[in-house]
Amino acid sequence: MPEQIFEYAPAPESRAVVSLRSCYEPYIDGEFAPAKSGEYLTTVNPADEEPLAEVAVSGEADVDRAVAAARRAFDTVWSAMPGAERGKYLFRIARILQERSRELAVLETLDNGKPVKETRDSDLPLAAAHFFYHAGWADKLPYAGLGPEPRPLGVAAQVIPWNFPLLMLAWKIAPALATGNTVVLKPAETTPLSAMLFAEICQEAELPRGVVNIVPGAGETGRALVGHPGADKVAFTGSTEVGREIARAVAGTGKRLTLELGGKGANIVYDDAALDQAVEGIVTGIFFNQGHVCCAGSRLLVQESIAEELLPRLKARIERLRLGDPLDKNTDIGAINSAAQLGRIRDLAGTGTEEGATAWSPACELPERGYWFPPTVFTGVSQAHRIAREEIFGPVLSVLTFRTPDEAVTKANNTPYGLSAGVWTEKGSRMLWTAERLRAGVVWSNTFNKLDPASPFGGYKESGYGREGGRHGLEAYLG
Amino acid sequence: MPDTATPPGPAASNASLRAYLHGLPGVDEVGVRERAADLATRSVKTAAKGRAIDLAIRMVDLTTLEGADSPGKVRAMSAKAAHPDPADPTAPPVAAVCVYSDMVAVAVEALKGTGVRVASVATAFPSGRAPMEAKLADTRRAVADGATEIDMVIDRGAFLAGDYRKVFEEITAVKEACATAHLKVILETGELATCDNVRRASWLAIHAGADFIKTSTGKVAPAATPQATLIMLEAVRDHYAATGRRVGVKPAGGIRTTKDAIRKLVLVNEVAGPAWLDPDLFRLGASSLLNDLLMQRTKLATGSYPGPDYYTLD
Amino acid sequence: MAESGKRAKGARGSAAERSEDAAGRLAVRKTYKLYLGGAFPRSESGRSYPVTSAKGDHLANAAAASRKDARDAVVAARAAFGGWSSRTGYNRGQILYRVAEMMEGRRAQFTAEIAAADGISRTRAESMVSAAIDRWVYYAGWTDKFIQVIGATNPVSGPYFNSSSPEPTGVVAVIAPPEAPLLGLVSVLAPVIATGNTAVVVASERAPLPAVTLAEVLATSDLPGGVVNILTGRLHELAPHLAAHADVNALDLTGAGELAAGLEEDAAQTLKRVLRPSGDIDWAADPGISWMTPFLEVKTVWHPIGV
Repeated sequence: MPEQIFEYAPAPESRAVVSLRSCYEPYIDGEFAPAKSGEYLTTVNPADEEPLAEVAVSGEADVDRAVAAARRAFDTVWSAMPGAERGKYLFRIARILQERSRELAVLETLDNGKPVKETRDSDLPLAAAHFFYHAGWADKLPYAGLGPEPRPLGVAAQVIPWNFPLLMLAWKIAPALATGNTVVLKPAETTPLSAMLFAEICQEAELPRGVVNIVPGAGETGRALVGHPGADKVAFTGSTEVGREIARAVAGTGKRLTLELGGKGANIVYDDAALDQAVEGIVTGIFFNQGHVCCAGSRLLVQESIAEELLPRLKARIERLRLGDPLDKNTDIGAINSAAQLGRIRDLAGTGTEEGATAWSPACELPERGYWFPPTVFTGVSQAHRIAREEIFGPVLSVLTFRTPDEAVTKANNTPYGLSAGVWTEKGSRMLWTAERLRAGVVWSNTFNKLDPASPFGGYKESGYGREGGRHGLEAYLG
Repeated sequence: MPDTATPPGPAASNASLRAYLHGLPGVDEVGVRERAADLATRSVKTAAKGRAIDLAIRMVDLTTLEGADSPGKVRAMSAKAAHPDPADPTAPPVAAVCVYSDMVAVAVEALKGTGVRVASVATAFPSGRAPMEAKLADTRRAVADGATEIDMVIDRGAFLAGDYRKVFEEITAVKEACATAHLKVILETGELATCDNVRRASWLAIHAGADFIKTSTGKVAPAATPQATLIMLEAVRDHYAATGRRVGVKPAGGIRTTKDAIRKLVLVNEVAGPAWLDPDLFRLGASSLLNDLLMQRTKLATGSYPGPDYYTLD
Repeated sequence: MAESGKRAKGARGSAAERSEDAAGRLAVRKTYKLYLGGAFPRSESGRSYPVTSAKGDHLANAAAASRKDARDAVVAARAAFGGWSSRTGYNRGQILYRVAEMMEGRRAQFTAEIAAADGISRTRAESMVSAAIDRWVYYAGWTDKFIQVIGATNPVSGPYFNSSSPEPTGVVAVIAPPEAPLLGLVSVLAPVIATGNTAVVVASERAPLPAVTLAEVLATSDLPGGVVNILTGRLHELAPHLAAHADVNALDLTGAGELAAGLEEDAAQTLKRVLRPSGDIDWAADPGISWMTPFLEVKTVWHPIGV
């Protein structure tokens, strides 16, 4: 009988807070106008594959119009506006995001598949905080340490991924606007809806027309945008593969470029770690947002002397994760964002088994419809395995062991990526020693996957360049 | 898990106890708080909430520990413990009443035949500052009067001074004085101050023979914090994994609302596991909580919020 | 490769290297070699190319480094990175200051080389040398300050200590500006190594001799071998290999001229950090931090605050 007591009853968040239009057009120059391309795609709920809405696929002509509108807004309104006034628009947007946070959280969960617990407690508060933080910078830029008279660059072409749709939008738009740039942003093909709702918020905030333009679409739209000669700045978050392509396209054009790309973060657990919290950090590190996180701790490096003690604890903890309806407030693990991503995860996980690693997943029932992958832990992984080297971008953890601190650091750094890393030890000097040697832009010690608008985020090596957030993030949008 | 193959025994020196307790994995306070806060977002509604409320009622140690406690007060509380909702006989009785040792006989008499147990605080509760003979006499008297559960306090001064041996010996001595009565060991986590200390005191008490470990006297703030409860649940979970013996946990102090109680049950469910969702292994030390549980119970049954005038204040 | 015919007809006549001294004694000429891993090898290819003065007179033969020399230079720079980047800022500052001291002792040689290469007056050349020496002193002072100036403690919303610090990015390939063979070279090199990076420098193809002399200064300034590696030779041959080399972390295209766009594209393959200054650079201006920041990575470390 006790077993039944805490089969928590379904606790679905209401869909009624969201009213979807049947079709979304590009948002250009302050208005939603039919796409000249005449093309549309259907965005679906990955949890059940039900169509949510039609969304325009912006073509070259649409991108042209958007860039022209952004240029006009830059020249005539935005760059000349006193910083304090610009800041007030951003404060307004932050407030509206807070006011409409439940609606946006549910919408994001519908379009993305991530649990509403995360959109409600993470994506939305962080997105609003990002605008609020940057709003305050708008009239204080001379104090940012970037020279006495920092100037905006002009039109920023921004392309964002599907893993944190609204939060990545905030990371891109808030600093661009605070520094006096105007924006043309392309949301991800599979998650355009929160960006389209953000366009409505720009209208609600009475943001001058053309300051923010949103051109939904797929790869071709992104290519047209970053290659547009009218863009002064390109900012991209996404895969390293596309990042390379963009870096090549931008080469020689004089456009400023920041890239926030892939990762294969090492999470190092020393034998003196606070084990229960380390287990939490490992779980957060790889299962937060179904592992669709560029800074995920996808490689667990555990000191050999405690591996046998740690792994059963970790598995017991993973068995408590609740996978299922993303709109249920008690769901910990939601849906994989798309069929394509599910395919990639399956392929890479398949190589893990083929190459001799041992896969483990908790007993958990996957819903019949939708895109689902169970939390998975690979043990017996060596550095040579593909699952230890390639970014899986899913709920798949590779466990490796080490014997000495030197070996931990060497293995952690043995990757072309360098975005994030974790260190778990109760010894301060060892933590600092390790953090100093890790070649990664963000080091979480005794925690993981923490984000904050005041904290610069970005990678070393092939994880990209430039930082987002904090004083350092402003540099990407000022000349 | 800690090496419990050689747990500290009665002959352990302070040095060996220190080596053992300080060799336990550390606890990161911020991490514990975040885990507890995350679990606090669990949504327990409708049928699950109904089951949780009834379970919580069955786990309550209904408590009065005041200088003004009188036989009349104890009798009234005992009546409420056996029949919490006079208007609804389906409301289950609580697990136990908890009183000072001089009130045990009154409570035992009042609860005869109800199945509600009598617990007594002992050992110079709440400070624990008394000679050992007095603490043992206190305990023996309560047991002799019919208490089947003894809630003792540890010597926090000794613990903080590093005299773990003294703490250990007091627990083993009181345990012996308890005979067949169950021993709940109050750590008074609010005075231990750090998460590491809560973990160490938990293991010390478990090894010394505690049947339950209990957060607080209720006389010190903070009392039953989510993080202290969580750390204690981890200790009993790990001890069970190592030895097969299940020790119970009792948060006490500051648990006033149904929401507080359900959050505690969520902690039990997701940290120690469903096996602990049993009054034999988990108790809620409380007084005003019971009425809130009853009101929520009525709300679930009738759909409208009742008022406090409909519930007895005993 | 067939080198220009100037070698045959040019008369060695730089002020630095007269054929004869006043007493009629035959001077001992310097062989201008590469600087790799702290040693001065000739190019493994055995090639050299003639270097002429602004007037067209033959000055010397400089080593024409090959792609293998470039590769060796990267290996040396990578090997030196761990040690150099982990030295204290104070220690690096002492070494950079020592470079300035050593340059003072070679003032006459540098002056003669620049005067010949650029066809400028001795006085003007001397002022360039002074500025180059002072630039080392300038960066010697930055080594233990840039972290304070560029780093930050970030007030995050939660019980966390959060701090951002700049760190050297790694191995930087530097295409030195051809027009300013000493001051320009020092202005791009010093900021790279001041912050703990190691460098592979392609010297001014037109006027490589001051770079080789600078290498001789570096070799006697307590600078560990491999921290700076200087290649002389054909830019269009060397630069693409460095731009595409996967173990090079960053690229300074200051001296790349019309090769810049192509090199930038090569660099995209491994997502190198690329510095591409635009317009004419006033080498006499206060450089500030702008030459250091492109080759720094900001690392942010989080730690909980609790008891």
